[in-house]
Amino acid sequence: MTIDYDAKMPETQDGTEVYNVDPLIVKSHYEIDYIHSYAQDSEFFRALGKKKLMGSKCRKCGYTYATPRGHCMMCGSETDWYELPNEGRVHTYTTCYFGSEKFLPETPFNLIMVEFEGVDSLFMARLIGADQEDIKIGMKVRAKFRRNLQISPTDVYFVPAKE
Amino acid sequence: MKHKGQNVYMVSGGVTKFSKATPEMDFRLRVKKAFDYAVNDIHLDLKDIDGSVASYFSDHFQRQLMSGIMVQDYLGLTPKPSKRIEGGGATGGLAFQTGYEEVASGRMDVCAVYGFETMSHVNTWKGNEFIALASDTNFDYPVGGFYTGYYAMMAVRHMHEFGTTVEQLAKVSIKNHGNAMHNPYAQSPMKLTVEDVRNSPMVSYPLTRLDVCTMSDGAAVAILASEDKAFELTDHPVLVKSIGTGTDTMRLSDRPFLKVPLLANEKESDYRNLKYPGVHSFRAGRTAAKEAYDAAGITDPLNEIDLVELHDAYTSSEVQTYEDLGLCRYGEGGSFVEEGKSALNGKVPVNPSGGLLASGHPVGATGIMQSVFMFWQLQHSIKKHFKDDTLQVKNAKRGLIHSHAGTGTYVTVSVMEAVR
Ligand SMILES: [Zn+2]
Repeated sequence: MTIDYDAKMPETQDGTEVYNVDPLIVKSHYEIDYIHSYAQDSEFFRALGKKKLMGSKCRKCGYTYATPRGHCMMCGSETDWYELPNEGRVHTYTTCYFGSEKFLPETPFNLIMVEFEGVDSLFMARLIGADQEDIKIGMKVRAKFRRNLQISPTDVYFVPAKE
Repeated sequence: MKHKGQNVYMVSGGVTKFSKATPEMDFRLRVKKAFDYAVNDIHLDLKDIDGSVASYFSDHFQRQLMSGIMVQDYLGLTPKPSKRIEGGGATGGLAFQTGYEEVASGRMDVCAVYGFETMSHVNTWKGNEFIALASDTNFDYPVGGFYTGYYAMMAVRHMHEFGTTVEQLAKVSIKNHGNAMHNPYAQSPMKLTVEDVRNSPMVSYPLTRLDVCTMSDGAAVAILASEDKAFELTDHPVLVKSIGTGTDTMRLSDRPFLKVPLLANEKESDYRNLKYPGVHSFRAGRTAAKEAYDAAGITDPLNEIDLVELHDAYTSSEVQTYEDLGLCRYGEGGSFVEEGKSALNGKVPVNPSGGLLASGHPVGATGIMQSVFMFWQLQHSIKKHFKDDTLQVKNAKRGLIHSHAGTGTYVTVSVMEAVR
């Protein structure tokens, strides 16, 4: 028999941080590691390690994407990987002076949408080596690749290119 | 697209004052306050309500799954049917349309649509991170996930394509914050000048702090009813004449460069050299407007719509949306606001309530808030609810509400009409 009329929960010191008492506001912590698969887009990330930027081309209608896309949004057919040019032009841009918490330490940073000759869609990336006032729509930019990969789309970034 | 359901009316609405943080109330109590306001306004009995739709965007903000049922429970609506609707910034608009469908289909005679968001549980920059998780987390978020950054890139392209200026964008901020001075529910009423807007801190070029809406806590409720029930419940129901919804690619980079889907008042020759939508326009907004206009028989939106409440999360997106809705041609959005056409006393007042920029944007509540403000406008009861009739649009007979998600990924347009 295990009935214990004096049972007592052990006391701990892992209490809660309190910000306010009326109303009662406390700190609530949350953290998690995911087991994330890039699945059918894996080749894009592997190719960045070989200093190659891979887009997708529709087998049936020939529509070309500057992004990885297993199936074509125009006709629903499968796409094939193909290598994008190393140089493109700025389709549009911004400089972020604030950002999401994760990227706040990196501000200010430039975001651009790159257009590649003969490719039907755009690619979003960071641009370094230029300040906000240096960036112009139509400006030529060149892809560069990290040597130590982060296995993230930031393994490719762009710098200004000579005309 | 066929619209063959029964007529749907809005019969009541309620909104809590949106604010940066209201820790003394949780989301259930906030919805309860908006709900009781709506219920009391027409002396509705709980047993008259057949079911509901719950509208909220992010599970991250509260770290509580199934928040919807907790509201249903708190309001005393269990065991009636209910479901949760989610679609980013357009969550409220989508939920309103789902409520419409519940009634139009004949399933329910009275449907309560309630929306809420509690964004104050995390700081503003963490909140921005949560919102950025509504961009593709493999390709867009890691590059610098920040919605203001995405909209800034669209604004830069709009300026390049059409000559839109930052001063024109500032006019949207001045108008909406100014209107909000007469809206007691608004979070940030302000009297501003172009200099104030341009001199406020740059968030993402060209958008400054005053070009961007804020994080909010808030709730809103719309009660929808069938024709028989509507006139039983109130002498002043408002007809939900038609709905339209559009979508677009998750990644901004995948937007195609095609031809403009024309409205009845446009010609192909208007846009000979325009590649559409690219990143300067919202194809989902145009698609939603086209569906809603076709169903309502609207062929000349500027002259057939008396006022608009649209999703101005950014000043630039208000300008882009004038064009998607066909209030002016593509490219004319900047001059449309500059010439005062969207002002309170203009040709078609846009965001007389102050919009998201000044009323606030508690995501799941926002689209429903728009329906409530539009309902009061079309009932001509702004004075009763605002204790001030400055914002009452005098000739308000037909209004349009517009809710918008992501970089223009889901957009809803609903047309509402006064019946007497
Ligand atoms: Zn194809």
